[in-house]
Amino acid sequence: MTAHKAWWKTALGVVLVGLMLFPVYWMVNVSLTRTSDMRADPPHWFPWDPTFEGYAAALGQQLPALATSLFVGLGTVALTLIVALPAGYALAKLRPRGTRAIDFLLLVAQMIPAVVMAMGFYTIYIRLGMLNTIGGLIVADSTLAVPFGVLLFRAFMAGIPSELMAAAQIDGASTWRTFRSVVLPLSRNSVITVSLFAFLWAWSDFIFASTLNRNSDVIPITLGIFRYIGNNTTQWNSIMATAVIASIPAAFLLILAQRYIAAGVTAGAVKD
Amino acid sequence: MTSPSTGAPPALRGPGRPEAGERTAGHRRLARPPKRPRWTAAAFLAPLIVYLLAFYAYPLYRNIELSVHDYTPRAFVRGDPEFTGPANYLAVVSDATFLRALGNTALFTLGSIAVQYALGLALAVFFHRNFRLSAVLRAMFLVPWLLPLIVSASTWSWMLNSENGIVNAALQAFGIGQINWLTSPDTSLLSVTIANIWLGIPFNLVILYAGLQSVPADLYEAAGLDGANAWQRFWRITFPLLRPVSAITLLLGLVYTLKVVDIIWIMTRGGPADASTTLAIWSYREAFGTGQPDFSPAAAVGNLLILIAFAAGLVHVHLRRKEDHR
Repeated sequence: MTAHKAWWKTALGVVLVGLMLFPVYWMVNVSLTRTSDMRADPPHWFPWDPTFEGYAAALGQQLPALATSLFVGLGTVALTLIVALPAGYALAKLRPRGTRAIDFLLLVAQMIPAVVMAMGFYTIYIRLGMLNTIGGLIVADSTLAVPFGVLLFRAFMAGIPSELMAAAQIDGASTWRTFRSVVLPLSRNSVITVSLFAFLWAWSDFIFASTLNRNSDVIPITLGIFRYIGNNTTQWNSIMATAVIASIPAAFLLILAQRYIAAGVTAGAVKD
Repeated sequence: MTSPSTGAPPALRGPGRPEAGERTAGHRRLARPPKRPRWTAAAFLAPLIVYLLAFYAYPLYRNIELSVHDYTPRAFVRGDPEFTGPANYLAVVSDATFLRALGNTALFTLGSIAVQYALGLALAVFFHRNFRLSAVLRAMFLVPWLLPLIVSASTWSWMLNSENGIVNAALQAFGIGQINWLTSPDTSLLSVTIANIWLGIPFNLVILYAGLQSVPADLYEAAGLDGANAWQRFWRITFPLLRPVSAITLLLGLVYTLKVVDIIWIMTRGGPADASTTLAIWSYREAFGTGQPDFSPAAAVGNLLILIAFAAGLVHVHLRRKEDHR
């Protein structure tokens, strides 16, 4: 009876996943469809006669954009960690003045619409000559991840026993040494979680790229796809092939780092 | 994640855990006076403080400044805009687009979070009792949330294409005629809302699923002994105990959905004829969407959006306090 019921649920689960992921299947299907079949009626449900012309076009034209996105993503991760790690440690363990005020600011910071941030950055960058630069985009993208990083590190580091740090202090370690040699190694998992999210958000960012770097020769992949859509609306196999390639980091995360994702989504948002 | 990312939803700290951790740490510390001077803590916090001032406070200040001046492109270059006080706000509020955008924002936001929450909760309850492959299947539900928004938005655009889209082809099989999903003013807002709901389901599922883990299993057993059926168990046990988690999920959803630009801009650009223009889209279009950037009204719209999000945030903080004091 129980086994029977479980199989029934598995079958329903598979159907639900199939419905949910249909757009993803469709993206792959279209990316393999020949241009001549693109406007077939009814559309081909399965790429019986697949072509890789879309992927060839995508790689031929979008390789520089992919490299830019990779670089921007890694830069965003570095900047986010540099700012958020020490701050998380201080808020969790050093009990500085103004903790409540900083908490409040971080909460407010996450409510500011990206379009507002984009306008602010635009007016600042236009004066500093930082429009259409990689560095400018990295700074703007990091604002997506820093408040999240601080709050996650803080929640995680609060759980590290203070005795461990006290022991290091008794052995004569400075606060910095304790942070580097005791706290950081213990925080490995949370560092991975924050890095993954910072990378993914920077990689996926469209608003900052389309405002701060819109006249740039060096564009990230999101803008590459957007221009693609604008330029040749008939080449949907190339557009979808680029989209599939742009989804690789997400697929990678899902397969190799799934537990870190769940940890990030639920971090602190749920009472236990 | 939507944006939740939209898009991307950074987890805000909810009630409970972090405070609890801090509290225990605090108690431990009280027994032993702090040895480290305050400036050590300040030094560790310094990068964050500088960062918040330079990359949050200053852009925000610039944005307010934009909204109370008349920044023409020429004034932008020369740096001599005319101070106009609340004129931009008055102009924005009395613009015909304003009420349209406000109504669209309400429909888009409330429609998205209500359906995302209902479907997310149903899925969370479905996956709650482990069955074969349940963990793998649950993980697959995260996919829409991890994809870059441009990928999801362009895929949905092609699926909803009037002539060649798969959605119309499928509907045709049931005898339903061609629907111009993205190009008709009647359906464009609905279309972007559907895409946004799809994007937000994973976030709701994950948070509500985690919330379900904290409902004690013996409550269900006791209710089962008393003869409660599955429906009663859900409405009498699961739903009431999930209330705090539900409140946070809905409020986070509200704050994220208010900000959404990418998905709408890529699919419809707010059109046709403002039919899918929300406040965020309006602001984006004024500032960056046309050949002639008009930053001052755009900034005014953006600041009004912040006020709305902020009001939602105050409700959030208020609810957190109430939960903490229980």
